[in-house]
Amino acid sequence: MNYEKEEFFAPGHGMCAGCAAPIIVRWILKLAGPNTIVTNATGCLEVATTAYPRTSWRVPWIHVAFENAAAVASGIDAAFKAKGEKVNIIAFGGDGGTVDIGMQALSGMVERGHNVLYVLYDNEAYMNTGIQRSGATPWGAWTTTSKVGSANPIGKLRPKKPIAKIIAAHDAPYVATANPAFFNDFKKKVKKALSVEGPKFLHVLSSCTTGWRHDPSKTIEILRLATDTGLFPLYEIENGDFENMRITYKPKKFKPVEEYLKPQGRFRHLFKNPEYIKKLQKDVDEWWAKYGKYYRP
Amino acid sequence: MKVMIRGNESIAYAFKLARVQVVPAYPITPSTLVPEKISEFIANGEMKAEFVPVESEHSAMSAAIGASAKGVRVGTATASQGLALMHEVLFIASGMRLPIVMGIGNRALSAPINIWCDHQDMMSQRDTGWMQFYAESNQEGLDLGIMAFKIAEDERVLLPAMVGIDAFVLTHTVEPVELPEQKDVDDFLGEFVPHYVTLDPQNPATLGSFGFPEHFMEFKYGQWIAMERAKKVIDEVFEEFEERFGRKYMKVYPEFVEDADIILVTMGSMTSTTREFVRRLREQGKKVGLVKLTVFRPFPKEELREILKNAKVVAVVERNISFGFGGAVYAELSSTFSRMKEKPKVVDFIVGLGGRDITFNTLNSVVEIAEKAMHEEVDEVNWIDVNKEAVLKAEGLL
Repeated sequence: MNYEKEEFFAPGHGMCAGCAAPIIVRWILKLAGPNTIVTNATGCLEVATTAYPRTSWRVPWIHVAFENAAAVASGIDAAFKAKGEKVNIIAFGGDGGTVDIGMQALSGMVERGHNVLYVLYDNEAYMNTGIQRSGATPWGAWTTTSKVGSANPIGKLRPKKPIAKIIAAHDAPYVATANPAFFNDFKKKVKKALSVEGPKFLHVLSSCTTGWRHDPSKTIEILRLATDTGLFPLYEIENGDFENMRITYKPKKFKPVEEYLKPQGRFRHLFKNPEYIKKLQKDVDEWWAKYGKYYRP
Repeated sequence: MKVMIRGNESIAYAFKLARVQVVPAYPITPSTLVPEKISEFIANGEMKAEFVPVESEHSAMSAAIGASAKGVRVGTATASQGLALMHEVLFIASGMRLPIVMGIGNRALSAPINIWCDHQDMMSQRDTGWMQFYAESNQEGLDLGIMAFKIAEDERVLLPAMVGIDAFVLTHTVEPVELPEQKDVDDFLGEFVPHYVTLDPQNPATLGSFGFPEHFMEFKYGQWIAMERAKKVIDEVFEEFEERFGRKYMKVYPEFVEDADIILVTMGSMTSTTREFVRRLREQGKKVGLVKLTVFRPFPKEELREILKNAKVVAVVERNISFGFGGAVYAELSSTFSRMKEKPKVVDFIVGLGGRDITFNTLNSVVEIAEKAMHEEVDEVNWIDVNKEAVLKAEGLL
C-alpha cells in the first residue's frame, strides 16, 4: 500500500518554522503507513507535538522519558511478539537522547535484535533545553555550553561521535545516514529500513534554525550543503559489513566547507581564523580520501 | 500442591500462574533467580511469554511500560540499586496508570555496598505512586504476587504494584509453599483485559503526552483517587482470595492485640520472629501484641487507627531510616494518629539494616524501651543492636 498522499503527522504542532524534524517525521510516517507504533524520546519533537489534550500523531504514539526510547520500543516489540501481531515500531530520538543519554538503551535494543526502526534526528545539540553541546555537536560549533571567548576561540573542541558506525559495529542489519534534502535517497533508505527484519538505525541530519542560527527559509539549502560539501556523507552499512559499506551519493564537484558554514551563526567565529576553516576542509578531504572508494551508486 | 521453593521462585511462579506475557528483567542480587526461573519456564515450554533480557533496570522498567501500554500483562523483578536506578521511570509507570507488577528482593542501598536485607529500597520509592506489599513468607510472596495483578488491573485502580520479599531471609530460603492450581488462578484472575487505552493501530492514541500546568494536577489527583480506591479493592481481593484459596490476608494483620498495652508493628519476615517472641511474652502474662503491616501503599490509616487506638505504646520496628527524621513507618504512623484525641505513644526502633539479624535479643531491647515509655519519656528514635560507642568515637563525640 502507498500512503504517500495520506497524513499521519497532523499540522498545527508547535515545532519552529524551518525545523527539519517535522519534515523527516511526516515522510517517515507516510512511508510506514498506519500500521505503525511510534515511541519518542523526550525532546522538541515530543514536547511540541503532544501538548495535552492535543496531538499531531495519527498513529499510536508513546513517550516515556529521555534516555529510554529504545528500551520502550523493545518492550513494545516484545508485547507485539507475545500477541503474535505484526507492526512497524519506530523510535524517534534527537541527538542528545540517542548518542548521549540514550546510548545504552539503544545499544541494548540493537544487541537484542528487536524489530525496531530507530530514527535519530540529529540537530547537533540539546536544542530543546536551549542549544547545549551534545556528543553529536561538530568541532568548532558554538553552543551555550561550548561558548566562544578569548580563551576558547573555537567552541566545541571535540568531533562528532560516529554514531552510525557505532551502531553498525553492533552488526545491525541496516544502518544508514540520510538527509531530507536528498529526498529520493532518504525515501529509499526509509523504505529499505522498514523492509528489513530486526534492528535498523537511520541517522538523519536535521537542521535547527535557532541553534544553528540560520534563516528559517534556508533549511533544505543548508542541509543540502552539509552533504554537497562532504561534511555529512550519505551511506549505508548492512550487517556490520564495513568492507561493503555503500556511499549512496557523491557530489559531482564538492563544494568548499565555507559554503555550509557561512550561513550558520554557530560557526561565525571560525571565520576569524582561516586555519579553522582549513582544518574542517582537511577533515572532509581526509574522510573522502579514506572512504570515497565506497561510493557505489 | 505443596512445593519447596525459595522466595524468588514464589515471584516467578506467581508470574507463571498469572500468565504474564512479557517479562523484561535485569539480574541483581538477591532477585536474580526470578529472571533465571522465568527463562527456565520459557525454555521448558512451561510458560508462554516474551523474556526481554535488558541491559539495565532503567530499561527493564521502560520496556515494561512499553509492553504494558500495548495491553499485555507484564511482570518484572529487581532489588536495591536496581530499584533505585528505576526511580525515574517508576513515576511514569504509575502516572500512565499501567498495572505492572514487580517483585522486589528487599535489600539495603549502598554505601557501603551491602547485599542483605532491609526495606530501604522500597521505602525510598514510597512516593512513586506504586502500591506496596510486604511478604512475611514465601507463601505470602506467591499469594501477594498473584493478588497484585488483580488489584493493579482493577479498573477502579490501574496502578502498578510492588511485592517485597526480604533479601536472603526469603529470596534464598526454601520454604514449603502451597502452589495453587493453574485453573484456580485462571478463574481468580480472569483473562487479562486492559482497562486502559493501549497502543493499537486501529485506534491511534497519544500516550504520555505533555501536560501543562492547567492539566497536570488533574492527572495527579486521578492517581490520588485511584490509590484511595485501591484500599477497598485490596480488601475485596484479599477476601475473594481467602474464599477461593483459604489463606487470609489483611492490610493490617493484628495478633494478640486485645488488651495489649504495647503493640509491636512489623513488616516482612521479621514478623515471624516477632510473633513467636510475643507469644512467649503472653505466656509470661505480658500484655504485648503484634501488628503486621502487609500493605504500606496505600497506607491503611483507618485500620491502624482502629486496631492500635487502645494501646499505650506502639513500638514501630522497622528496617529503614530517613536520616534527619526517623523510620518511614514511624513518621506515617505518628501522623496517622495526629487527629485522634486519645492516642498511643509511638516509639521508633531502627533494626536489622543491611541484613543485621533481628533476634529475640533485639526484640527484648525493643520491649524494654517500650515498657519504659509507658511511664516516662524515651527517645523518639531508637537504634537497636548498634555499636554506638564505636560510631561516636569515630565521629569525635567520645
